[in-house]
Order: sequence, then structure tokens, then C-alpha cells
Amino acid sequence: MVKLVFLWTDALLYVLVATVLLSAWYIRSHEHLRAPWREVLHSRLGVAAMVVLAAYVTIGLLDSVHFRMPAGGRAADGAERYSGRVLSVLDLILTPLRTHEEETYSAPLATRLYTKETVELPDGRDVRIYPRLRYGGAQLRDPARERIPDILHTVLRGAVFALVLWAALLALVVARLARRHRWRVLHALYRVLSGRTEHPWNVALYTAGALILFGSVTGHLAVHYHVFGTDKVGQDVFYETLKSIRTGLVIGTLSTLVMLPLAIVLGITAGYFRSWVDDVIQYLYTTLNSIPGVLLIAAAILMLEVYMANHPQNFQTVIARADLRLLFLCIILGITSWTGLCRLLRGEALKLRELDYIQAAQAFGVGHTKILTRHILPNVMHIVLITVVLDFSGLVLAEAVLTYVGVGVDPTTYSWGNMINGARLELARDPVVWWSLAAAFVFMFGLVLSANLFADAVRDAFDPRSGTTRGPGSGRRDVGA
Amino acid sequence: MSDVLLEIENLETRIGAGEGAVRAVDGVSLAVRRGETFALLGESGCGKSMTALSIMRLLPAPAGHVVGGRVILEGTDLLGLSEAEMRRVRGGRIGMIFQELMTSLNPVLTIGEQIAETVHMHRRLRGRALRARVLELMDSVGVPSPRRHIGDYPHQLSGGMKQRVMIAIALAGEPQLLIADEPTTALDVTIQAEVLDLLRRLQHETGMALLLITHDLGVVAQMADQVGVMYAGHIVEEAPRAPFFENPHHPYSRKLFESVPTMDKRDRPLAVIPGSVPELTRVFHGCRFVDRCARAWEACREIAPAWRVVADGYRVRCHLYDPAHADGAPEPARVPAPAAVVRPARSDHGADLLRVTDLEIHFPIQSGLFKRISGRVRAVDGVSLAVGVGHTLALVGESGCGKTTVAKGILQLIRPTAGSVRFDGVELTTLRGRALRRRRRDFQIIFQDPFSSMNPRMMIGDIVEEGMVALGLVTDRDARRARVEELLGQVGGLPARARERYPHEFSGGQRQRICIARALAVDPKLIVCDEPTSALDVSVQAQILNLLKRLQGKLGLSYLFITHNLSVVSYLADDVAVMYLGRIVERGAVGEVLEAPCHPYTEALLSAVPVIDEASRREVIRLEGDLPTPVDPPAGCHFHPRCPRAMPVCREHYPGVTRIGEHHEVRCHLHGT
Repeated sequence: MVKLVFLWTDALLYVLVATVLLSAWYIRSHEHLRAPWREVLHSRLGVAAMVVLAAYVTIGLLDSVHFRMPAGGRAADGAERYSGRVLSVLDLILTPLRTHEEETYSAPLATRLYTKETVELPDGRDVRIYPRLRYGGAQLRDPARERIPDILHTVLRGAVFALVLWAALLALVVARLARRHRWRVLHALYRVLSGRTEHPWNVALYTAGALILFGSVTGHLAVHYHVFGTDKVGQDVFYETLKSIRTGLVIGTLSTLVMLPLAIVLGITAGYFRSWVDDVIQYLYTTLNSIPGVLLIAAAILMLEVYMANHPQNFQTVIARADLRLLFLCIILGITSWTGLCRLLRGEALKLRELDYIQAAQAFGVGHTKILTRHILPNVMHIVLITVVLDFSGLVLAEAVLTYVGVGVDPTTYSWGNMINGARLELARDPVVWWSLAAAFVFMFGLVLSANLFADAVRDAFDPRSGTTRGPGSGRRDVGA
Repeated sequence: MSDVLLEIENLETRIGAGEGAVRAVDGVSLAVRRGETFALLGESGCGKSMTALSIMRLLPAPAGHVVGGRVILEGTDLLGLSEAEMRRVRGGRIGMIFQELMTSLNPVLTIGEQIAETVHMHRRLRGRALRARVLELMDSVGVPSPRRHIGDYPHQLSGGMKQRVMIAIALAGEPQLLIADEPTTALDVTIQAEVLDLLRRLQHETGMALLLITHDLGVVAQMADQVGVMYAGHIVEEAPRAPFFENPHHPYSRKLFESVPTMDKRDRPLAVIPGSVPELTRVFHGCRFVDRCARAWEACREIAPAWRVVADGYRVRCHLYDPAHADGAPEPARVPAPAAVVRPARSDHGADLLRVTDLEIHFPIQSGLFKRISGRVRAVDGVSLAVGVGHTLALVGESGCGKTTVAKGILQLIRPTAGSVRFDGVELTTLRGRALRRRRRDFQIIFQDPFSSMNPRMMIGDIVEEGMVALGLVTDRDARRARVEELLGQVGGLPARARERYPHEFSGGQRQRICIARALAVDPKLIVCDEPTSALDVSVQAQILNLLKRLQGKLGLSYLFITHNLSVVSYLADDVAVMYLGRIVERGAVGEVLEAPCHPYTEALLSAVPVIDEASRREVIRLEGDLPTPVDPPAGCHFHPRCPRAMPVCREHYPGVTRIGEHHEVRCHLHGT
């Protein structure tokens, strides 16, 4: 049996997922909370972004279930012995990618190394050639002639497979809609594809189709080739990028988790109570705001490094060590970024406390805590939500920058920041190694772009000032079905 | 040349597209003659403002669009003009003033610059000539000493002054037609009177036509030459003023007149229009008013009534006046003699439920790093009043005079600086914590704005029971639920399932009922009503006033009714107290004060109210200037700088109380000894 390993960030991610699921269930049963989300689901860009984000989140979550494989044999006390290497479910799925390690750099889809090496021929002569790769295109007998047809062939196979998969998905959606609305199947198909449904199913399906096509083609190629090449130590870059997704998601979400309680509690109490409470909290965040964030982060991370160097016995595995550093980065990022939201919430609470329904509650003698939790908090939640989704992409980018500067995640952690950091040297050599940077860029760009588009859709739906219909009856739009 | 300046034919405007589009304007036809005032009268949501915006082609883009009809200004169809040509019409041939004073002027430009901008655009003046024209305009709209105010920013001006500046901007292009969209709704009556006066004078001087959009019958009675009553997107009655006010024909117009509260109607409930305005998303086949009309029959449901001319220039859309259909009309239902509202006999002053003596509420003005107190806003400065058991005291005054602060001080939502508030024999100002909380069930409040007075994220049931839970009155969940349902029924037939719905699903009138139910939930003895009907339409206001009156008769409630609407006061109140700048200047029984006011301020206030009945109209007493700031009230009598009858003594000391009758008191040197 495998031994499950719970890393700190894993546990927090589970908590987060559980919270999201619980609140989704709660929102479903409350019409006024559901209405803006329905609007998000009506927006085409929002839906497309959600599909892409869902793909990222799935990969991230697969990468968050960690365990240790049995190492074979038993320890002296009879307990099973486990390998010191912590793996995740994603690692298991990507075993070929993970294990296909080359000598050093190789270009995407190459069959030979990127650098010349001296090879001893059977007749004893030494020649300097680009040697064949151990795994990349290893099945080909004559790479020069067979490589391109083989790649095209694989791409085609991948595309056909993707088409089948997508058709199955389409059938599923059409069948469900047809059953719910009692349409004929062909009519349902027509409505779905032409976008005449309540939710933009066609957009969702096309986005999912594009993702499936990409996944299937790269998946088929990755069996025999390194789709994004290999890095300096011969590791597959595609594997590295996929592993980096989790780091990005963890930074983007857990930092907000740290920041939220501070920002919400301090923000609304300052706005509601005013007087000296407000003064103290204002002084606090003004002071914190005037310390450069990078300085605090650097100091905290360096202190942690010292601690880890002095107490190696506390960390069973390398990955546990790296994980603690990741968590610490999240915490310190959260601590340095709560002031903006706090200020917003204070302003909103200042406005809300003068509203009639708060006055009415005070006239009933309702206590302060109850007013804060029942009347003020629910009415500022839209601001919190908008800020969280807007901040997400900023934090993902911040990780890359901080790691590049050297105060980010552990060098052993897979992250886009580390990949970009490595690319600093790769771009300086001749010929240039560009694929590491390109892969990190493409994946990070995809995540940040979809997060931003999603944030826009959320803001449009939740912000009362954005002017979309939020008045009476906004939830009852009848668009087609 | 015909004397018709603007002609609208069958104008149709929709908001949104497809099936769910709102038919905001649905076949409006009207004609405005030169130099004439056409008043477009209607309740909120009937399409008045949308008609105005369609004429100006200023509909909210991209949702709003005109789908049919013609708007002809002296032979040119405005709907066919290009945007560039239209820009010359706006502000040039047609001027417009809006209701929203706060947002209509740019806060970072001086008023001189803003007027000059429009003048320059339409007259191409520059330099000295431009400045001269701006000063001339400011003078013509009655800005005192324009030279001094030309460099002022909007925030330095009062509401009335801002509205004058808005009118000056609208007049800058010397328009032939001025569209005024509820120009005085946001203003106090005394300022309203001035602005209406100004509009009349300007119209007389320049001969421009005025399209006046309003919901106020009184304003229409004073201003209009021609009246158009709008209902659900089109005009249902169009007539010259005099015959219209003498004998309105359409059942809707009649109901509007009947629902206006007055002194004569005190003893009976006001007429109400049942139901609410139909949704404008649907297509109408019959008469639009059919569901709410007391005299409707089958023909009204099936055939849309066409225009019938009943007299010269008087037309109405109603089958009652159409011989082809009128046979089927039922006889007007005999109105049952309204049950006289039972009122408890006037108790002597020993039985006062609430007695406020010398209440003072000052807000400190802090400045500097260490928040030193550098001054005080004397929002309430020595108010004494009393509310008897089962009685209604109306507190009347202009905005900013401290009415609402008095209410909050009585409810202990703001702690008074000095004075005493005795409620049922208990001094409230010294109560703290638990003792005060226990007392809170006896006095409750209803607010003005039905939209901000309920938490939008709570269900109606939770909102209504909040007080019961907080005060621990009913601890059993089922009992509480039953009580909420009972209350919702009591305030006017809200169904029990309303409990599980959210505030946004209800109309303004229904929300106000829910607020009343919330206040009633804790069985209070006194309810402070802070302008509970001023955000509502006349017909809805009548429903709420009836409800308040019925509840008073049934439960023996006392009301402290804060309002600036004197017709509501005359209908509902027993006593009235007139407030000016933090002090009460006159108080007494409602009949005495309204019929024979003693204080010049009360006189001015009463004279400024636009009345429907021409016979009872008084000469408007103009008040100079604006309400002074409570930070630095004038020495002597606070009212003397504006008082038309000020004497030297008024400048020196504040007048004491003079008793006129048994319950009638006034603070004025005119009546002093």
C-alpha cells in the first residue's frame, strides 16, 4: 500500500475546495445570491474563462494528492519501508514524462540532443556529433526521413481522438438539454451549436474542444517526443510546466485566504465603529503600506531559510521542506496585501452604517456583533469576491517575479518563476534555448488571462455600479430557454 | 406659420430588445404650442421622463431606442437628424433641466465656466462679450449679485441656487422649448415656489414653450396651460387646465384627485387605486387601466379605447365617453359611506406618552492633528414637544432644519447633548445598556426610503422578526412565524409566502408596508414616521396613510410624523410643530396652525405649497436667501434675515414662547408682549 502524505498546502487547499463547494451549495438555495452568478454563467467570455480555469484547477488538484510509494523490504521493526520520494497523482499519470530524462537540452520534438558530444564509434574513432536522444523519437530508425511524417501522423491520431472525445461531450450536453426542455434531439443540437440556449453552451463546448484538442495532441506526442523539449538536466519541460500549475494556484488562492480574515475583520470594524477603533486600524495599515513589500518578503523568507538550515531533522522529505517555504511565501504575501481590501471595506462599511436598515436594527437593540455579521458582512461580500478574483492573477505574477529575484519559492519547487529564472542563462547562451521560457510563458499567460477574463465577468455581475441589470427582477431574464 | 412648436406623433420607445423589451413610451402623441406650458402628469414608471429623453434623443445607450413615430420641431423631424445636427438642437432650440441637482453640474468647474461653455457653443461669443452674456443670464434667473457668484463652484451653492444655474445653462442657447423634468421635486416648498415663479417669469419674457414633467397635481394646477395625463406608456387624457381641474374625465385622473390628502378628508379613508401599474413589457389589447378601474366592463378588456373628443381641445381615452361602447358601462358603484375613523378623545396633557424638553443635539466639529473641537453644529437646539397617547404630532420643516435628528435623539440612536426625553414617565437619556434595550420595544421608526430601509440580503420573514428576536419577545420559532404572517396580513394583505422572498421583489409601497410590519412586530406604543410617504406616488401614499390611520384606530398607536408635505399633515395629524433651524417656532392643534398661522415662517411655508383648488390659493410669501447653517446661526431670532416682517428687536434676542390659544404656542416677537 502507498502511504498518503499531507503537505501543509495540500491540507489548506482541501479546506479551500470544501469551502467553495459548501458556499456553492449555500448559494444555490438562495435566490438573491444566485442571480449574479447566473449572470456570470450567461457571459460568453466568463464561461470560456471558467472552462480554462477548470482545466487548470483539475491539474492543480491532481497534483495535490501526495503519497509515498513502498520502497520494498521492511524496516527493522517490521513496518513497511517507503521511498523518500513524494509523488502526486499527477506524477503517476505523467510517469512517462517524468521518467524520460535525457542527457541535457533538446529542442521541442527533437530526436537528437541540442549540443554536440564526443562519441566513440565502434571502430574506436571519436567523433563530435549530435547524439540521438534516449527517449525522444527513439522508435524511429531513420529520424531524418521518418520524423516529420511520424509527428504528423501522431498529431492526426491525437486530433481524431480529440474529435471523438468532444463528440461524446457534445452528445452528453445535448442529451441533457433535450431531456430537460423536452426538445427533439436534432433541435437541441441546433440550439446548442447556434448558441440559442440559456447558458452559452456553444462557447463552453468550443473552449473545451480547443482544450481537448491541445491535450490530446500533446498527450499523443508526449509518449514518443518531448513536446516542449528538455532542460539543462534533461528533464521534460512539458512536465515541469504542468507541475508548476499547482504552485501558481496555491500562491494565488492561499495568499488570499490568509489576507481575507485580516482585511474583513479590520475593515468593517473600522468603518462601523469609527472613533478610536478606526484611528488605530487606519494607522496600522498606513504604516504597513509604507514599508516596501519586497523588503518584508525577503526578510521573512531569509529568516525561514536560516531556520530550515538549522533544523534539518524537522523535514522528512525535500518536498516537505519546499512546501513549508511555499506556505510561508503565501502567508507573507497575504500579510503584505490585505491593506487594499481593508481600505475598500472600511469605506463601504462607513457608507452602510448610515443606511436605514442598520438604524432600524439599532432601534431594535440588536447587538454590534450581530449587526456586523448579519447586516454589514453580507452586503460587502461582493467587494470581497471581486477583489479576490482580481488579485488572483496579480499574485500568480508576483510569484514569478519574486522567484526571479530569489526570494520566492524553493529552487527545487517546480514553478514558472523558477523556469523563468533558469531561462536567464539559457537566453544568454548561443544558440539560444528558448523553449523553457516559452512554455512557462504560454501556460502562465493562459492562466492569468482566463483569471482576468473571469474576474471581469464576476465584476460585471456583482458590482452594482457596473450598470448591468441588478434591480428588481434581474434574476428573471427569459432568454430563449 | 402654425402656432404649434413641437409635435409628437405616435412616439414609441423601447428599452432592451426582443420579447423582454420594455415599451417605455408606447404611442405618445402631443402638441406643444408656442409660449404655452404643457404639463405631462403621471406617476413614476409611466414613461414621462423617457418621452423627454426620446425628444432630446438622449436615451440610455445602447438599450434604449426609438422604434416609431415622429418628433417634429417646427417642421424638422428630430428623429431624422444626424447626431451633429442634433447637438445643435440640444441646448440650442430645446433646453432641458433635470431633477438630479447634485449630478447635473460638474463639481470641478465654476458655474460661470459651465454657463459660458453652453453660451459659447451656441452663440460663438468670446472674451468680454461672453462674460457679459453669462452675467446677464445669471441675473435673469435671479442669482443675486452675479459678479460675486460667477467664480463659485457648485458645492458653494444651495439647492435652489443650483437649480437656477441649471436653468441659466438651459437658457443659454435661447431655446424655443424648455423641457423641465421634475424641476422642483428635490427642492423644499419655499424654494419650489421660487423656481416655479422664475420659470413663469422667464416664459413670459422670452415667449418660450415649456414641457413640464411632474407628478404633482399642485404644480400642474399652478403652471400648466395644457395637461396630458400619462399612464403606462401613453397619454390617457389631454385637456386645457381649467376644465381638467374642474372635472377630470378619465377614471384614473379622478382617482388621482381623490387620493390627494386634504383637511376635508380627515374623517374618512382616502380613495386608493387598487393594484399597481402593469408591467410595460407586455402588449396591451384592451384599456391599460382596466385591472385597476372601478368602472371597467368587458369592452375595456377587449378593445383598446381610442381618443374621444369630449369638448373643445379636451380628449380622453376611455370607453365611458364613447357612445359606441358606453351602453355596457355599469352604473358607478355607490361609494359606501366611509366609516368614520374612531379617534380617542383628545386627552389632556397629563397623559402625554412622550414628552421632550429642551432637547439639544450638537455635533462637534473636530480639526487639526489632535482632533480639537473647534465648533459645534447645533442640529437640534432646544426642542420641546409632546405626543399624547393615540395622537399624531407632525413635525414640519424644510430639509436641514433638524427634524430627523430630533427623531434619532428621541429614539436614542444619537445620544442627546442635553435636555430630557421622558417616555411613559421614564427618562430615556439616562438609560444605558440592558435597561434601554428593554425599553426599545415601545418606540419604533419607519424610514423615508423604502429601498434602503431593508437589508437586501435578508428574507422578508427574517427582516420582520428581527426585532422580536433581538428583544427576546417571542422565543418559540413557530409562534414567531405565525406572528410574522399575522403582521404581513395586518399591514395590507401581503401573502404569507412573502416571508420567503427578498425585498427587491416588492414595489415601493409594499416595502413600506413591510417596514411598518417590522415596526409593529414588537408592539410599540409610539412610531416615529420619518417622511414615510415622500418617496411614494400619490396613489400609493394614500394607501400608506390609510393604513397608518387604521392601525392607529385599532392599536391606539401614537405617531411622531416627520414630513415636509403639509397636505399629509392636514390629513393625518392632530398637532403640528413647525421647526426652523433646530428650534420649534410654532406648535398647536393642526386646525389652528394651518388655518391661522402666527409665525411668519409658517405663513410663508403654507403659502408656498402649490394647491389644486384655485379658490384656496394664497399669495406666495417670498423668503429671501436660504436656510442659514446651524454651525453659526444668526443672532437674535434665527429667522430674521429671511423674515418679511422683521423688526429691530428680532436682531437682538430670540423670542420667548407666546401662548395664543390653549394648545397654540409661537415664538415670535410679533406676538410677544
